[in-house]
Amino acid sequence: MSSTPPPPHRIVLAKLGLDGHDRGIKVVARMLRDAGMEVIYLGLRQTTDSIVAAVEQEDADAIGLSMHNAGHLTLGPAMLAALEEAGIEVPLIIGGIVPDDDRPILDAAGVAAVLGPGSSAEEVVATVRAAIDAA
Amino acid sequence: MSLRHLSIDELVDRALGGDRRAVGRLLSIVERGGAEAEQVETRTHAHGTDAHVIGITGAPGAGKSTMVARLVAAFTAASRGPAVVAVDPSSPLTGGAILGDRVRMAEVDTSAFIRSVATRGHSGGLALSVPGSARVLAAAGFDPVIIETVGVGQVEVDVTAAADTTVVVVTPGMGDAVQANKAGLLEVADIFVVNKADLPGASDARRDLELMLELSHVTGQEDASRRPPIVMVDSLAGEGIDAVRGAIDEHHDHLVTTDRLVERRRRRARYEMRSRAALAFERHLDDQLHTSEVAAMVEDVLAGSETPSSAARRLWQPDAS
Repeated sequence: MSSTPPPPHRIVLAKLGLDGHDRGIKVVARMLRDAGMEVIYLGLRQTTDSIVAAVEQEDADAIGLSMHNAGHLTLGPAMLAALEEAGIEVPLIIGGIVPDDDRPILDAAGVAAVLGPGSSAEEVVATVRAAIDAA
Repeated sequence: MSLRHLSIDELVDRALGGDRRAVGRLLSIVERGGAEAEQVETRTHAHGTDAHVIGITGAPGAGKSTMVARLVAAFTAASRGPAVVAVDPSSPLTGGAILGDRVRMAEVDTSAFIRSVATRGHSGGLALSVPGSARVLAAAGFDPVIIETVGVGQVEVDVTAAADTTVVVVTPGMGDAVQANKAGLLEVADIFVVNKADLPGASDARRDLELMLELSHVTGQEDASRRPPIVMVDSLAGEGIDAVRGAIDEHHDHLVTTDRLVERRRRRARYEMRSRAALAFERHLDDQLHTSEVAAMVEDVLAGSETPSSAARRLWQPDAS
């Protein structure tokens, strides 16, 4: 039996809460796909519960949340709490509009990385890979 | 707590006990293939053999995921615990994939188990691992197990070989009935769904399908004991979903009462053995291609002293002259 190659990384991408700005997340989905990852795209208006269920069922290696509604300081930690409660250790990456002053707060809360507007495909892919490798 | 350090046996024990994260992890192992996947297979293949495996296929955009979401809700309401394996294609260039079936299933209760699967280059379109994934889900107590796959190329045949009941989804206005005749969908369908039945042309699609079914009767392809029903469905509005569930249950009863279920299972086993053997053989061939012996054969073919056909025969029948 020949040895099996390492499987592609699997990442769940979602919009959490009431936030309809999904152009960015679709671009990120495409970037990650083109880097050879399997992107499980959940779409709009997800809850922490629906994301936890998806991560469990899909055995995802990482979660990417897109935030354009200024809810990151509430929803980011809420997501982390839901994951901890479910006993899931998977890196959470937040992308979107996050003011510089808020980044240290998210870092301290346990968010693995924050990607802002204008991040290149290389940056996005490298950040996701680094977060998965560090987990 | 991470599951990564658990042994296969521990994961299987947890999965059989209903631990969903363990089920998710096992599915990844099965998808990856190799020795660990075989270990999972050894532990799970005798479990959950009663689960009804339902294949759903149809052209991209026919509304399969939306209908599956409704079906899952209908099965859940009937106190059954459904699971879904939703297959989407991997990019042939990068191996990556965007698996978007969950978007259409956002309203499905989290008690149902949905797994998105990429084809990972398996040429048939149905990921090679799907029968094994269905087995893990059945062993974990999910029933029915619904396999949803994009209908392109030979996938219809693939999904039929992996399922007890095959549902073919068509839509009005795409010339589907005629296309179905071309693509061989008529032969594989146990149930037809005309989805988007609120659109103009739905009754035409139904009539075309009926005509095609009449023709299979004429040419003797028909299973004389049963004619595939055609169910009109508006998945967005949820209309006709109970009729689909009824038709699925009816087909299962039909398979059981006529002893055809065991014949389907035989076909499933035969198919899976074939696709596994084919993969092993392909890998063996690929390894061969890099040996000096084959390099010499390539030169012979180039020089005109051997035909490609006879060289190929020597690849798989080394003793043949």
